[in-house]
Amino acid sequence: MNKFRLTRWLISLPPTLFLLIFFVVPSLIMIVTSFRYPGEYGGLAPLTAPETPEAAATQGDSGLYGLTLEAYRFFFSDILYAEIFLKSFVVAAASTLICLIMAYPVAMLIAQSAKKYRNLMILLVVLPFASNFLIRIYAWMIILGPESAFSHLINSILQLFGFEPVMLLFSPFAVLVGTVYVHLPFMILPLYTNLEKHDPVLLDAAQDLGANRWQRFWLVTWPQSLPGVYSGAALVFIPVLGMFAIPDILGGTGDILIGNLIKDQFLGTRDWPFGSTLSIMLMLAVLGVTGLFTLLARPRTPK
Amino acid sequence: MKRTHLLLWLTASLVYIFLYIPLIIVVVYSFNDSRLNAEWVGFTLDWYYKLFHNQEMLLAARNSLFIAVSASLLATILGTMAGLAIHRYRIRVLPFLAFAPIAMPEILLGVSLLLFFLQVMNLTLGLISIIIAHTTFCVGFVAIIVRARLQGMDDSIFEAARDLGATPWQTFRLITLPLIMPAIAAGALMSFTLSIDDFVITFFTKGIGEPILPIQIYTMIKISVTPEINAISTLFMLLTLVLIIIANRLDSGILQGEKKS
Repeated sequence: MNKFRLTRWLISLPPTLFLLIFFVVPSLIMIVTSFRYPGEYGGLAPLTAPETPEAAATQGDSGLYGLTLEAYRFFFSDILYAEIFLKSFVVAAASTLICLIMAYPVAMLIAQSAKKYRNLMILLVVLPFASNFLIRIYAWMIILGPESAFSHLINSILQLFGFEPVMLLFSPFAVLVGTVYVHLPFMILPLYTNLEKHDPVLLDAAQDLGANRWQRFWLVTWPQSLPGVYSGAALVFIPVLGMFAIPDILGGTGDILIGNLIKDQFLGTRDWPFGSTLSIMLMLAVLGVTGLFTLLARPRTPK
Repeated sequence: MKRTHLLLWLTASLVYIFLYIPLIIVVVYSFNDSRLNAEWVGFTLDWYYKLFHNQEMLLAARNSLFIAVSASLLATILGTMAGLAIHRYRIRVLPFLAFAPIAMPEILLGVSLLLFFLQVMNLTLGLISIIIAHTTFCVGFVAIIVRARLQGMDDSIFEAARDLGATPWQTFRLITLPLIMPAIAAGALMSFTLSIDDFVITFFTKGIGEPILPIQIYTMIKISVTPEINAISTLFMLLTLVLIIIANRLDSGILQGEKKS
């Protein structure tokens, strides 16, 4: 029994300690940082007043010490930040919806295919997802670039109808295309896992009862697939809410989302407390969304 | 039924085309004898030649390889332990600790680790901080794979070993370890791929010293789009393709192991 307990500790302790130190402690540090004052030259102001004038000279003395709600006050004082959060939610919702519409036929086709082809079809979905994230975004820079065949095609069609030519790259459209492209497998896989489990007998029964194709889909397949839809939606929505690389590369100067705002606080303007505040707001948003999806995905007990 | 199938086939095929066209374009243009990614001029290997003479790029590749090997090694050991601990000892906090870093947007882990390294550890950001950061999110993936493997096994094998007088260590070394080996290998491979691929967390924990492959690619994309990026992208894709084929081999190994036991 003693030996059993020893192995238990030997196996459990290293990963627990590692994750406590490198995941929990940093998260707590981030929370504390959001309540501090920014330093004069980036970073943070000291927690206590410098004891000697020399120390004040080397550390920089802004006269602000201790903890403060300043960063939060700043966040709520400017409507701009609420707008950026709202915009991120809109982009995340739009990407999730487009992913769902594109993923459903693929997941359905795979689930209906013969068993021996399914693994190959899944592999074909995952394969592009395995190539580097930046490369997948970069590919769209080529396709949507002003000199590309695709851009020429779109613009000649627009001209045909008397519209001004448009710049596809560095636009919200490009951001949406890149986002959908990168996150599509996250929607296809959970949907497929769900659709694969459906009992085809239900569809036959619906047909026998006179349901047409659309009725069979909307009344039988779709309601059954909702848990898969919700988990896929969560897997797309949450990472999109915090992304910064896709708007950074494919978006224009106006296409700033929460992620870009956070990145700027750490690598641009260097306002750590405000960056931490934004991160915590993002974390709260993620928790809220996760809670909502869990609630939606909960199996309904018939009354 | 026939017509639905046709419509389904058509839309699904379009999505598959959407998935592959961008990557095919990158590969094709990497052999194009033109500075512009616009039209096909002629075949060349110039961009690959340039790439292999780009010292900064080679150093970045070496650094990334070093980071990926170290992080995946660390994550495999810790993740296997975590998977075992979660499955067998039902440690309450461990699932949260292991899976939360994966569930959050990456930028949050990046930011909190950046603040932690600079404020608490007083660490100069570089290879070490990146290795730790990558390990933090890879542990969860290894733990998930190992736990799934353990869940699929019959616990009576371990009881039998104990009844036959094996010590816990013997049971682990002779029974558990060989049985979960395919899962450990798959987890290691997955960690390697995730680490060498990671951009967001690397971006926050990299510091300013050493060149790292994804950061190098990012900088190139931001400055100017040259076919050299196509060449490195193609090579990168080739690497992941090989890794996936190996992982697939291991996966069929997992299936065979199930048949045997």
